[in-house]
Order: sequence, then structure tokens, then C-alpha cells
Amino acid sequence: MNKKPAHELLSLLKNKKVSAVEIVKSTYEQIEKHEKEISAYVTLTKELALKQAKAVDEGKRSGPLAGIPIAVKDNMCTKGILTTCSSKILHNYLPPYNATIVEKLEAAGAITIGKTNLDEFAMGSSTENSAIKTTKNPWNLNCVPGGSSGGSAAAVAADETVLALGSDTGGSIRQPASFCGIVGMKPTYGRVSRYGLVAFASSLDQIGPMTKDVRDCAILLNVLSGYDEKDSTSAKLEAPDYTKALIDDVKNLTVGIIDELMGEGVEGSTKEAIEKAVKLLESKGAKVKKVSLPHLKYSVATYYLIAPAEASSNLGRYDGVKYGLRSKEAKDLITMYKNTRAEGFGPEVKRRILLGTYALSAGYYDAYYLKALKVRTLIKEDFEKAFKDCDVLISPTSPIPAFKIGEKANDPLSMYLSDIATIPVNLAGLPAISIPCGFANGLPIGLQIIGKAFDEETILKAAYTYEQNTNWHKEKAEIR
Amino acid sequence: MKINIDQVANLARLNLTEEEKKLYGEQLSNILDHAEELQKLNTDKVAPTSHAIPMKNVFREDKAIPCKNTKDIMANAPEEQDHMFKVPRIIEE
Amino acid sequence: MSKYETVIGLEIHAQLATESKMFCSCSTKFGAEPNTNVCEICTGQPGVLPKINKKAIELAIKTGLALNCKIEPMSVFARKNYFYPDLPKAYQISQYELPIITGGHLEIEIPNEGENSNSRLRKKINITRIHLEEDAGKLVHKGAERIMGSEESLVDYNRGGTPLMEIVTEPDIRSPLEAKIFMEDLAHLLQYIGVCDAKMEEGSLRCDANISIRPVGQKELGTKTELKNMNSFRFVQMGLEAEVARHTEMKASGEKIIQETRYFDTKTHDTKSMRSKEEAHDYRYFPEPDLVTIEPDHKWIEEIRATLTELPEKKRERYINEYGLPNPIAEVLIATKSISDYFEECLKIENKPKEIANWMLVNVMAYLKNKNLDIKDIVFSPRELIELIKLIEKGTISGTAAKEVLIKALETGKNIKDIVSESGATQISDEGALQQIVKEVIKNNPKQVLQFKSGKDPVIMYLVGQVMKESKGRAKPDLVQALLRKELS
Repeated sequence: MNKKPAHELLSLLKNKKVSAVEIVKSTYEQIEKHEKEISAYVTLTKELALKQAKAVDEGKRSGPLAGIPIAVKDNMCTKGILTTCSSKILHNYLPPYNATIVEKLEAAGAITIGKTNLDEFAMGSSTENSAIKTTKNPWNLNCVPGGSSGGSAAAVAADETVLALGSDTGGSIRQPASFCGIVGMKPTYGRVSRYGLVAFASSLDQIGPMTKDVRDCAILLNVLSGYDEKDSTSAKLEAPDYTKALIDDVKNLTVGIIDELMGEGVEGSTKEAIEKAVKLLESKGAKVKKVSLPHLKYSVATYYLIAPAEASSNLGRYDGVKYGLRSKEAKDLITMYKNTRAEGFGPEVKRRILLGTYALSAGYYDAYYLKALKVRTLIKEDFEKAFKDCDVLISPTSPIPAFKIGEKANDPLSMYLSDIATIPVNLAGLPAISIPCGFANGLPIGLQIIGKAFDEETILKAAYTYEQNTNWHKEKAEIR
Repeated sequence: MKINIDQVANLARLNLTEEEKKLYGEQLSNILDHAEELQKLNTDKVAPTSHAIPMKNVFREDKAIPCKNTKDIMANAPEEQDHMFKVPRIIEE
Repeated sequence: MSKYETVIGLEIHAQLATESKMFCSCSTKFGAEPNTNVCEICTGQPGVLPKINKKAIELAIKTGLALNCKIEPMSVFARKNYFYPDLPKAYQISQYELPIITGGHLEIEIPNEGENSNSRLRKKINITRIHLEEDAGKLVHKGAERIMGSEESLVDYNRGGTPLMEIVTEPDIRSPLEAKIFMEDLAHLLQYIGVCDAKMEEGSLRCDANISIRPVGQKELGTKTELKNMNSFRFVQMGLEAEVARHTEMKASGEKIIQETRYFDTKTHDTKSMRSKEEAHDYRYFPEPDLVTIEPDHKWIEEIRATLTELPEKKRERYINEYGLPNPIAEVLIATKSISDYFEECLKIENKPKEIANWMLVNVMAYLKNKNLDIKDIVFSPRELIELIKLIEKGTISGTAAKEVLIKALETGKNIKDIVSESGATQISDEGALQQIVKEVIKNNPKQVLQFKSGKDPVIMYLVGQVMKESKGRAKPDLVQALLRKELS
């Protein structure tokens, strides 16, 4: 049961072929079987989930996702349920409120299976930066699942949940989706409320679906999308029914291949897989053209100034005063602050706080932070130009497939540089999806499709067409 | 790029060991050296982008609504006294 | 003649009169139990987002209009980053590069120096900018009055997030007295337009000053110090006077003035160093990514302008010119908005400005002052006051009786008419009834009667007074006098 996508389970539930309790139980059976190896979850909420499933079966809980298991990344606030951000500094934090998307899942009748592991405060591309556990890639337990939403991606890939939520600041949904062979979408900035998403970089963060196929992605996006009065950056737009965009047809669609992301540094089979994918779309009637985004090469440097700067400010509140860890070494206030933060944050978080603090400090603001905001404009304009004659843009989600655990842990810069394909999309606020498009040495490869702002529908249409004509999404990891 | 790591760590209220100072100092230098490539671009006439999707005038009406979560907020306090958050002695730097 | 000139610029923080906080829906009410007017947003829980209170923007724009300022077509909020327990997010949302209001001025009246006359000079104090921000929480220091010496502190976030408006003046102020007058006039204006209740003692209006002195005629400014903790209008003047004196003494003895922040010690009446390293602050301002720009359009600004009431200065002129009130009376009436509102309500019912002003000043306001009440706290309506004035005019009650009736009405909230009829305070105009009292008084005051008869005419007033007393103020004085004269002739 747990291996099926949500849309199949929904029709089985509707026809009383299966009960919600059965679905939830089989999900937890799978978790019991594999969680020891995968380590996808920080917290499991089995009791609550079974109670909710029972309510669905009794007709007391309904909605578009009634009875469907979902895993929530542990940087989204769940009232009264531990929310750690995989950080020691929030090891005991029980949020006094629910994130807007958690309220929406509740209203949709979804069943929360648990909270998933992530790189501490979503900072990382491998989930190795979690202070709690290291999540493994279900396709190869020696490899990382990607990050920062590695727990969510691995949970979906290992069938430890049906749906999952991720958050994406520089690729944190798409890259782990790509590494784990699932579908992951970062919606347009402002499409999904950020209220209750623990902030990493506020101007880049966005919550999105992580699913087994494109139809599930559309179904979950339907639930998540929409204006939220609690989020000032939330778009006041009517959210469409995304399932209506699921049409197997790309005729009249112009697909642009981003030249800068198909060259040096892209692993061989990855490049091949993307080229094949493009050919397939072409054969289905899409017009294909090469596009150049000349400022793309500056996006990693730009991102690694803007995101840490915002993060250094967002993470100031973890100071041992109101919640979370407080150091025992606290003879006076400043000592308490410094020791709490030294003990509570891991190395990557410290590195980014230091970097961001530096980029904003007196004398450096103009040269670093302001400069980065200006280059951000140039990158955004590159996309705008490209979208003048393209409907979607295509690239690999990651230039390389999943790497070995520990392989890049000591070289932050090389880890940062591998985010080259996903980062520019966040800088420009655009929507993008990653869908499975092949394998390299038994590890999944992801195809990234980028769309115009608030045009998730065209992305879904292209992704759906590709998926309907391939079988990659049906491949299951054999967990060993 | 040489960074005064002590000063930055102090601003960020982070206690660092000597080893950490050395390590982060070097890593930050590398990252900032990479960021130097941005200086090659002439951005004199470019406006900065703080928000990728420009918006304006988002307000709420001035209405007081009592919060129901104060008990849960206080429950997270590492140290509490008289319904207030207790902090150690404050010494000005 | 002092050879130094004082230069003062002020930074004023005004708590805005909103119902809810700047970025969340918590109440701004003063005096609640600790941490009860708080929510996830104003305690800086992970994941929360701020949302701008529209009223706060409107009040800032209103202030800008009243102070002849420019309303900026685009302004943004920024984060000011620093760690302190009263700041739950470790940043204050404030405005930095692009404030909502720039430019403008307030005209004040200062005594004309060097003249004995009461003549006054008008002076423009220029406003640099006005910006919006959120207030911090409050720290309670255990075991000591100030931070120093306290073993631990407690944090209450009730005040945290209250909307604040910071008004910054140009260094146009030339004396501590001018600073005090400016603060009083500004407070008055803010109260008037309903932007802030402007009570310095309660902290809803706060003032920091930048102060320096320089030789008369010198253009460049001397080294400045920043002075804090002047929490009353009187202390603004006293604190600045103390600081001017300190600067002057230091200059005289050749000491170097250090740029620093000091506070006014209200017990010893001198200023003391705060001993904080200014250069240690690096606030790392950057645009608040959780909020979007504020771009008021013409229509909105005009709607706000339409809500702007008549400013005090204009009102004072109108009271003098239209109602013929003397300046001191006009000033008392305009000094408090609720009083002038009451006065104008009365005028709408009966156009008798002088009588109304007289009754309000001599009786109503004296009563309020005595009981420490605001005119808004009493049930006695303008309609009742007019009723009272009419009864006196008709001769139904005497002025003396009217005063008693008024006090009773103020205390009990009863109608004037009811009080008058219950107490039988209506005047005795029946000659027969009075005749008896007149005879009694003549009998009981032989000495005065003799004096009157021997030609001391004014003594008649004493006798009238006695009759009035006997009649408990209900007699008509002119009738009494006529009866007395008739009886004694």
C-alpha cells in the first residue's frame, strides 16, 4: 500500500478497497523495516497518525488528502510536536503554533507520519550537517540522499511515506529529489506560505512537494498553494487546480536548454540523460533551442553572500533566552550567549553565520552584500530574457549524482559549487521541478525544468508529458 | 582575503576555539576569494534586488487579538521566574 | 554674555496610539501582567513572520503632514542586528536608509532674550526624518535598580513590538529651555492629532539629545555627547543644563570632551557616563526580507490629510479672533485636546463662548484637577453645562447656588434639572417670604445697621450677604437689597 502514489491510494480509499488505517500501518511497517538503515526521520508520530487514520475511516476527517501519509521536514513548526531543525540548539523545542502549511495539511485530512531529517537549519546539500543523524540514500546506503531535505527525499524513495514536504533555499528540494529518484518542486517565491517555516534565508526559502510522481506533485501543490495573510511576501493570486495542467502534450512548447549548465563539470551519464530527455520532448512536438544565461556563473558567489547574510540575522534568535539550548557555562549574559551558540550550532551553521556576519559588517556591506544584490538583478534579467522566447528551461538538477558520505565534508567550497544548477532559480524566485530521468551507476539522475514566475502549470505539463513517456519514476530502490 | 575572525565571531556571539578560528578563517577566506569574481562585473547602473518578486503595501488592520499560546511560549523558557524569562547577570562589554 | 553657543539636536521616540503592535496582533495596553500581551511573533519564535500594522503607517504619515514633511513615495523596513535579552529576534525591525518621512519643521515660541517684556520670538526647528520601528521588551533587574550590580534579570516582552515613531531634529536648538519648549509643543501636537498620548513620565514619549557647545561665531560643531534618561519635560531642561554646564567647565579648564553616551541622574541632577563602547556597535543593517516596500499613493495620503484635525496654533488664533477670548484663556482651552473638544461641543449647542469658557475654567477644570480626572472620565455633558448657564441667565438659580449644583452634577452624574428641583435651589422671588428673613437680619445686626444709617452705604452689601446666607443662596440679591433699603429708610 505504502508503495503506491497518493492519487492511486485516493481512488482505492474512495472505493473502500483499502482503509486509511491499513495505509498508515503499512507505512509504519516499512519504517520499522528500513528506518534503521535509512535514518530519514527525526521524530515519528505514530500514535497521532493512527488516530487521524481512524478518524478518516470513520468519516470524521476528510479533505483532498484524507488518509494519505505525509512526512514533514523538521524545519516546519508543528504545534506541540518536537521541531528541531536537526540542530542541538532546538533539541527540545515544542512550537507553540502550527506553520500555515501544517494547518493546510490538517484541513486536507492528510496524515502526518513524522518529521524528517535535514542539514542543520537547511544548510547543506547532503544531510550530513544534521546534528541528529546521517540519512542514507535508499539507492546506495554509502551515498548521501542530498540535502537539505534529505530525510524527506529518502523517506519517499524508501516508501517510508507517500508524500513529503521539503523546503528549498538553493536547491534543497530539487537536489535530494534528484539524488533519490523522486519528484520535487520548488514553487515560485510567494506561492506557498512561509509562515512557520524556520527561516534560513528569507528572500529565497520556499516550501514545496516531494512525491513519487508528477500527479502527486500537482495534488500536493493544490493543497499547499495560496495566499496567506500571515506572510507579507505571499502572492495574492488565485491558485489554480494544478491537476488540470497534467496533459500529455508539449506541442507548441518552446524548451530552452541552458548552455552554461550542460558544459564543463557535468558528469557524463548525467549529460547524456538530459540530452535524451530533450530529444524525447522534441519528438513529442516541443521546439527546442539553446539559451545562454551569461551571469549564471556568478550565481554561487552571489548566493553564498546573500543566503548567509540573511541567515546570520535569522539565527540570532537562538540565544538561550526564550527556548532551546542554554549553555551551563553562563556566568554572565555574554558568556551565556557565546557558549550557547558555540555548543548549539554545528560547523556548517557556524561557518555561514560568520560569513554572513562578515558580509553585512561595516566596511564590507557594499563590496559583498550590496554587490551580490546587484548581481542578483543581472541573473534575474538573464532569466527574463530567456523566457521571452522559451516556455520552460531545462538543465540537470545536479551536475553529479549522489556522492559518497564524507566525500565532500571537508571542502565546503566544492560542495557549494555543486549547487550551480539550482541556486540561480532561487535567486530569481522562479518555480522549478526535478524529475527522474535516468541512472548513473545505479544512482538516479534528475531533470530540472524551470518555469516563468507563477507558471507552475507549464512546468507540470512538460514534466507530466516526459513522465508519461518514460518509466524512470516507477523504478524502486532496493534497499541494501 | 584576511579576515579578523575574532571580531566577526564576537559580533555573531560565537565562542570559537583556536582551532576553529584557524579553520573558519581559512575557509571563509577561500569563499570570499571566490566571491571576488563578482567585483569583475560593473554594476554601477544596476539596482539591487532584495525581493525576486516585487510587491508593495502589504498591511494588516489594527486589531488586537489575544494570543492563546502564551502558556506554550513560556513553557519553552530555559529558565523562568514570575512568568518572565530569566537571564544571567548583564555586564556591558 | 556667554562666549559659547549651545547646539542641541533631539531624537524623540513616540509610542503610537494603536490598538495592536507594529508587526503582530497583540494588544499594546500598558500595565498587563508580565508576558501576557505576547504571541509567537513578538517573542521571536522560530518561523514567524511580521506583518505591518496599517494604522501605524497612517499615524506616521499624519505626523509627517502635521509637521510639514515630505511623505516618501517609497520606504522600506530594515533589520538592525544586535544581541540583547529585550530584543527577542536579535534584530529590531526599523527603518534605516529609506525612512517613511523626511524634512519638515515645527515652529515654536521662545522668550525674547534680553528684553524684559513678555514678547516672544517664533523659531523654526527643522525635522530631519521620521521613521517607524518596534519597541523592545522590558528588563527587570533583580537586586538592584540598574543593570550594574544586579545578579540576574527578568524579561517581559509585553512592550516588545509596540509601534514607535522616531523623530529626529536638525541641530537647530540653541538652549535647554528651547529643547523643553520644543518637546512640550511636539507632545501637544502629537496628542492633538491623536498619534501618541505623549506622556513622558509613562515613557510613551522619550527624548535623547545630542549636545555640543562651540565658540560663538564658529561654524563647525564641537564634540557632542548623547544624553539619555530625561523622562519628563522638566528633566529635559535640567539634564541639558547640567550637560551644558559640564561641557562649559571642561572647555574652561582645557579638558577634552569625549564623544560618549551619558544619562541624566534624576537624583543627583548631574549627568553620568553610560560607559559603553560606541565603536563596538556594528548593527549590520540590511533590508528586511520578510516585509515589502511601503508606497503610499496620493489618494491614501489625502485620505489621511482629511483626518487631520485643526492644529493647536490655528485653533488658538481662532479662539482669540472669532470668540474674543483673551490669550491666556485660549491657551488653557487648547492645551488639552479633550478640553477644547468639550468647549466646542458646548458652542455647538449655545454660542456663548465667554460664559462657557468661564464656567469650564473656573469650575469644571478646577474640579477635574482636584480629582485628578480627565474630562473624558466624567458623565457631565456639554448639554448639561449649557442647561446650567441658561438657568442662571433666566434667574432661576443664583450664581452661588449654580456652583453647588454643578459640583453635585459632576460628582453624581445627575441631571442639572433634577438636582435643582430636588434641592429646591430655585431662587426665592416671593417678597413675603424674604421679608421675614430681612427683618431677622436687621434685628440681629444692630451695629451694621447703625453704621449704614450713619452714612456708610457699602455696609448694605454685608447685610445682603447675611440674607443670602440665611436663604441658603436661594434669594435674588437685587431683590434683597431693595427690600433692605426699603426697611431701613
